[in-house]
Amino acid sequence: MAHPVQWFIWTVYPYLMLGSFIFGTIIRFAFYPASVTAKSSELLEKRRLMRGSIFFHVGIIMVFFGHIVGIFIPKVWTDALGIPNEVYHMFALVAGGLGGLAALIGMLILTYRRFSDVRVHMTSTLSDLIVNVSLLIIIILGLSATFIVSATQPEFNYRENLSIWGRQLFYFRPNYLLMLNVPLLFKAHVFFGLAIFGFFPYTRLVHAFALPIRYIKRRYLVYRKRPQL
Amino acid sequence: MKIKAQISMVLNLDKCIGCHTCSVTCKNTWTNRPGAEYMWFNNVETKPGVGYPKGWEDEDHYRGGWHLNQKGHLELVAGSKLNKIALGKIFYNPDMPELDDYYEPWTYDYQTLFSPEKKHQPVARAKSQLTGQPMDLKWGPNWDDDLAGSSETMQDDPNIKKIQTEIKTNFEDAFMMYLPRLCEHCLNAPCVSSCPSGAMYKRDEDGIVLVDQEKCRGWRFCMTGCPYKKVYFNWKTNKAEKCTFCYPRIEEGLPTVCSETCVGRIRYIGVILYDADKVRSAAEEPDEQKLYERQLEVFLDPNDPEVVAAAQEAGIHDDMIEAAQNSPIYKMAVEEKIAFPLHPEYRTMPMVWYVPPLSPIMNYFEGKDSIHNPEMIFPAIDEMRIPVDYLASLLTGGNTTVVKAALYKLAMMRLYMRAKTAGKDFDESKLDRVNLTADRATALYRLLAIAKYQDRFVIPKSHKEYAEDTFSEQGTVGYESCDGCGLAGDRQDRFGKKQPQKTSEEIYAESFYGGIWRD
Ligand code: SF4
Ligand code: SF4
Repeated sequence: MAHPVQWFIWTVYPYLMLGSFIFGTIIRFAFYPASVTAKSSELLEKRRLMRGSIFFHVGIIMVFFGHIVGIFIPKVWTDALGIPNEVYHMFALVAGGLGGLAALIGMLILTYRRFSDVRVHMTSTLSDLIVNVSLLIIIILGLSATFIVSATQPEFNYRENLSIWGRQLFYFRPNYLLMLNVPLLFKAHVFFGLAIFGFFPYTRLVHAFALPIRYIKRRYLVYRKRPQL
Repeated sequence: MKIKAQISMVLNLDKCIGCHTCSVTCKNTWTNRPGAEYMWFNNVETKPGVGYPKGWEDEDHYRGGWHLNQKGHLELVAGSKLNKIALGKIFYNPDMPELDDYYEPWTYDYQTLFSPEKKHQPVARAKSQLTGQPMDLKWGPNWDDDLAGSSETMQDDPNIKKIQTEIKTNFEDAFMMYLPRLCEHCLNAPCVSSCPSGAMYKRDEDGIVLVDQEKCRGWRFCMTGCPYKKVYFNWKTNKAEKCTFCYPRIEEGLPTVCSETCVGRIRYIGVILYDADKVRSAAEEPDEQKLYERQLEVFLDPNDPEVVAAAQEAGIHDDMIEAAQNSPIYKMAVEEKIAFPLHPEYRTMPMVWYVPPLSPIMNYFEGKDSIHNPEMIFPAIDEMRIPVDYLASLLTGGNTTVVKAALYKLAMMRLYMRAKTAGKDFDESKLDRVNLTADRATALYRLLAIAKYQDRFVIPKSHKEYAEDTFSEQGTVGYESCDGCGLAGDRQDRFGKKQPQKTSEEIYAESFYGGIWRD
């Protein structure tokens, strides 16, 4: 092992974080279901929340699907479909850039709000502050990785190394050597992203799993009955 | 027919003295916790007035309750399910009230009062219970109590806008009443219908509407959905909370805390049997003025043998049926028609009803010829267009005929009892005019004026012995996850460190000084 640190970061660390993600989610929903909430502070401040929250959520959902496509659709597939690399990248840059930009604007507003609005700030927990700042950092890292690297190192194609490594994680054969020549900004983005997965279930972020899909088909009124003997 | 039983309440507004005892006892019982400071499950507002939260009756602004869509079907004013999703309302609820619509809760900086002697008299400044910062008080609960400052705010009362009159605020012409409000435990509850998580529900056995604290995910649609603005959001636990109708007491056959402690003895609790299958079509009545009568049609006669048989069939316990037969609510709402729902035009089928007050009319009338000719009250009721319109806008969706009929009845009952106790003659045929008999007038008088405890509260005990699993409920207190339910502050700082617990002496010293208790 020529690079013990790199080996640790790209082979062991991801599983630590993903393990913590799965473990925490199970524990949280099984033993602390009452603590899962959207943790809204809309009651305390409304105007900035409107802009921030809508921008951020719409942006982050776009970005989320973008990452899924980027990681899970191998290059050979798009090649087979005859989609040229340039077209793919243009599309990824525009869609990802728009989503990322929206998320960034939203997160800037939300972070500013969390620290400057007295009511919101005084009722925030440490975890809320950490979540806010780390989301801001990860978005900035993601955007700069995309734009700075594609400007300075146009020959770098994350689909030839990073994405492959990402898929390998899912069949438990990550080859850390693939990550060695990835530009630092990308590395930092992945590193931080994994960290967010690691603490996701212990923070307010967990509300993403509480998406109330069943409401769409539910009848309006809900009656509950004590089970009778 | 799908029979269900509903625990409901009637408040006799004529006797409410606006003392706020109900609100205070309720608060001490349920919302005396960090995160819940601004919540009043029960509050008493002076009407005309803007109320709590400010202007809650303005549904163009808060968009609560139901309306009919183009096809004439019920739809939440805040938007259909799909509309809420499509417009991303889950990220930001545009119609939700803000803390300032209620008020920012505060306490006073009492510590400075005990500091060493200084040249100037110390003052206890107001400081926010939310942020701990000093506050400049501009609005608070009952800011316009007893019409105080109403020359500034009264014209913002949505009811006044609706009846399109200038209400005079000068002392001689003003009228005033108190309106105690709590959750209506609606038959067609829009809060339940708005909740995406399915955390809000109506109890099948008694119709009490509750928020399941385990299931609530804090989406806040219930707050918008409720047109009475009776669901609150706890900023500490980030969950919705609302009036529980004191269900642990109701299950034991005891009245709610607000009713038990009501100084004016104005509150009545009883059971109503209703047909759940009819609720929807009744709520879809196009004419707002008819909604009150349509709601009456939903109620079932508990003395009808067919209804009793069907209720037993549906598994309703005999105690519940018997309570329904002796229900003071049924008597006032259905038999005598002197009680009305609050804002039936919201189409929620509310189940806390009100006996309209004669007092606004009496105030006006008393100075005139009342001693010599008490019967002048009847033309007075007709003459007092504004108070009657106002009451109708509050209680019947604008239908003044039924409100007037109830007021005539109440006035006639008074005249009759006055003559009887004073040993004067009374032409009993006059009772006919308001659809009363001597016996019924006396019974009504006993119920409304004497208001014995056992006549006011006819509440069956719940039959928990038939419930499958009561062991799981052992020792639960309702708001376990509230993080500081008691008086003693175990509030945590941002790093999760518990702030030092106060001893009972400290709490005592803090709450009791100079012979005065404060909360
Ligand atoms: S009054 Fe009570 S039951 Fe009716 S909508 Fe509001 S919270 Fe729900
Ligand atoms: S305690 Fe009774 S009389 Fe006093 S304000 Fe409340 S409802 Fe009215």
